[in-house]
Amino acid sequence: MPPEAEQSDFTPTWQFLNPVPRGPVPKAPEESAQPEIELTIDGRETSVPEGTTLLHAARGLGIDTPTLCYLESLTPVNVCRVCVVELEGSRTLVPACSRKVEPGMQVRTDSPRVRLSRRMVLEFLASSVDVSTAPELQAYMDEYEAEPERYGPPGPAASDSVRDNAVPGHHDSPVLDAAETVEQPVKIDNELYIRDYSKCILCYKCVEACGEDAQNTFAIAVAGRGFDARISTEFAVPLPDSACVYCGNCIGVCPTGALMFRSEFDMRAAGTWDEAAQSETDTICSYCGVGCSLSLHIQDNEIVKVMSPLESEVTKGNLCIKGRFGWQFMQQPKKEADEAQEDAQASE
Amino acid sequence: MFGLGGGTSSYREIEETDVILLWGSNARDTHPIFFHHVLKGVHNGARLFVIDPRRTSSAQWADVWLGVDVGADIALANAMAREILDAGLANFDFIDNATTEFGAYVESIERYTLVYAEEVTGVPASVIRETAHAYAKADRAQICWTLGITEHHNAVDNVLAIINLALLTGHVGRYGSGLNPLRGQNNVQGSGDMGALPDRLPGFQHVENAPLREKFEQTWGVSLPAQKGLNLTEMFEAMEHGDLTALYVLGENPAQSEADQHRAIKLLKGLDILIVQDMLMNATAELADVVLPAAASWCESEGTVTNSERRVQRVRKAMDPPPGVRDDLTILCNVARSLGGDLGAPVAERIWNELRSLSPFHAGMSYERIERSGGLQWPCYDESHPGEMYLHGRLWERPVIGPRAPFSPVEYVPPFERLDEQYPLRLTTGRRLDSFNTGVQTASYTSPLRRGETIDLAPEDGQNLGVAEGETVRVCSRRGAVRAPVRFDSSLRPGLAFMTPHFPNEVATNELTIDATDPKSGTAEFKATAIRVEKIAAGVAQD
Repeated sequence: MPPEAEQSDFTPTWQFLNPVPRGPVPKAPEESAQPEIELTIDGRETSVPEGTTLLHAARGLGIDTPTLCYLESLTPVNVCRVCVVELEGSRTLVPACSRKVEPGMQVRTDSPRVRLSRRMVLEFLASSVDVSTAPELQAYMDEYEAEPERYGPPGPAASDSVRDNAVPGHHDSPVLDAAETVEQPVKIDNELYIRDYSKCILCYKCVEACGEDAQNTFAIAVAGRGFDARISTEFAVPLPDSACVYCGNCIGVCPTGALMFRSEFDMRAAGTWDEAAQSETDTICSYCGVGCSLSLHIQDNEIVKVMSPLESEVTKGNLCIKGRFGWQFMQQPKKEADEAQEDAQASE
Repeated sequence: MFGLGGGTSSYREIEETDVILLWGSNARDTHPIFFHHVLKGVHNGARLFVIDPRRTSSAQWADVWLGVDVGADIALANAMAREILDAGLANFDFIDNATTEFGAYVESIERYTLVYAEEVTGVPASVIRETAHAYAKADRAQICWTLGITEHHNAVDNVLAIINLALLTGHVGRYGSGLNPLRGQNNVQGSGDMGALPDRLPGFQHVENAPLREKFEQTWGVSLPAQKGLNLTEMFEAMEHGDLTALYVLGENPAQSEADQHRAIKLLKGLDILIVQDMLMNATAELADVVLPAAASWCESEGTVTNSERRVQRVRKAMDPPPGVRDDLTILCNVARSLGGDLGAPVAERIWNELRSLSPFHAGMSYERIERSGGLQWPCYDESHPGEMYLHGRLWERPVIGPRAPFSPVEYVPPFERLDEQYPLRLTTGRRLDSFNTGVQTASYTSPLRRGETIDLAPEDGQNLGVAEGETVRVCSRRGAVRAPVRFDSSLRPGLAFMTPHFPNEVATNELTIDATDPKSGTAEFKATAIRVEKIAAGVAQD
């Protein structure tokens, strides 16, 4: 026996007092109040705390501005330019998602110049990228009357790994009668998720989620310049050879379906993916004691996808490999039970 | 601690603290989303100290890694305390107002000089000093720990040594300062809170406290045993003595998760009756006389779980269980009915409301409030109470509200099993990122990270033993031997080896581990086994 076994019982008498007396309600230290800034958005005067972005100031007035690369939980990277607004006195349009309010700003969120700019951004994206699984982007296209067809039919697809190995400095002349595209084969190199960069609009959200804003794994980054720019692992190695830890937090933030659960990808390929028939239920992960919120997407009584709510204080929308993908054990007994039932019926 | 079994802080406080001591925890791999909060803290400027025999993936994020020898944590903590006192960094305001037994504590740490501590912990004296000073001087500081602290023969003493440090510096009961055990399973916290402990009724109410017990007896209309029951380790001892002959196991796999697996299986087989209620046919269920197939609690049942920050959260039924499978509540109510008792309708919310009527800490948590807030933290005394972000603020009131917090002098005692010529390597165990415990749940998804079980060795030890990476070797302890392929891991110092319990059917790691247990908590010393690694000679394959 270990030596401690000889010691007397540990419980001090005060532990019997139950419950422990109630103390004051704990409070977080109050953040010092920011001075209010007054500005005008679409002719309406408003006042918001210093440090607020134009996007949030506008939302406070009920004015919605489209966003693609912006997400509350990520640092703004200002790349998609779809949130741009017109600021009096500014030569260029400014991104609402990151531009902070200043006293006396005169902002227009829906001027002809803004609408034209948004329309062109959406057309450039949709003429070069497959947006078939990006419902949000499609809705913006309707709203801004984007016509990507006017740039011509889609150009030829790149064959396997050609875009991954694009060398800086060298470019073929653009195909003149067609719209150049990023179409390329889907990357399927593991059982958990796929990467279909034909659908990538380079919003950087996956890079941010993999990096300092959430996962801090840094498995992916933007490689290349100009039209060759693409999301890549180090030296474009397959995921199993990369630093990826399969948290799937990149899938959680991808707005276009370029990053997709293998389960969803396979079901779409088989024609069995049916969002109308799916339910979504929030629960708590069954693994460690952190208590991560899961949103289970269920179709035909099976889990087909696992996300986490952005507003969860515990996860901020992020999960680990076990929470995101470790649910196959739920399906197996069902499959076995179904098979047993089929066998039983067959033998009857 | 101080009468309540729960972490004192919230995750958000980790993001806004100044110093984080991660002690005996590889949270980067084992509590990945908690570590996101740690990393937010680090990015906000907190200094991170990781105390772990292995230079883990968590330690790779640290400002300072303290590569403590396995089981020397008390020597380290006591030496830090002595240094804090010597340097005049103790918080006497707090000590005078809120603690007791300070004199005895000061006496007890006198022999833990930095020089002595360096000798027994393997951590350089200057690093111990730096850590002590950083912790004591910080405006806000957190200590977080996991099984590296508690899977030892002196688990409770290890925890007390850490609590002493917080009392000495006043790093508890304030925003950003606290003590946080990270729970290993999704409802370890909630199970204890609900009274799944040998000595507690729901809400930490001691079963041997007559007025509290009577409250439950009146509500339930039964008489309750007036003495505390047995913890898991004591149950196995009672099986050995023939005092315990029937066992009802819910959602556990002791046949593979207990230390000294040979003994555990033998004792389970010797029972008069073994009943297992589980969602999967695990190894313990294979031994059972009766198996009650249960729905998954996290997605086929309604209810609540409680996480490491004391947050009560809703689990919901997202899908139907397979035909013939019932949820735990229904099974338990049916079993009770067969025994002649009536527990009422098996409805989670109704049972929760009964709990609220009996546990003052949960009284304010209606399902409606839990759902609206995304979870409430206990204690939550009434429906207008917001729940408590951190515990023990009462210790900062003047005069202190309720009992003072006692220092608990504890002495360093090395791991039960010493190293010797026959068993010269120290084996420690832990989890990997993509797997969980005995693998019952994680074995069935295809993780690209999974490499199967290995015996991880320091490259230097591998060279000395003349074994190559990938080579299968025989790993022997005083209780058993297993075969496993070698993996070299430069995060291990020479003399230290590492294995996991994730693949018990391929490599039964727990045939090696020792069931020397902490008499106060009943936890086995999974973290410190003496082993030797043998090369398997070609053509000779005898175990």
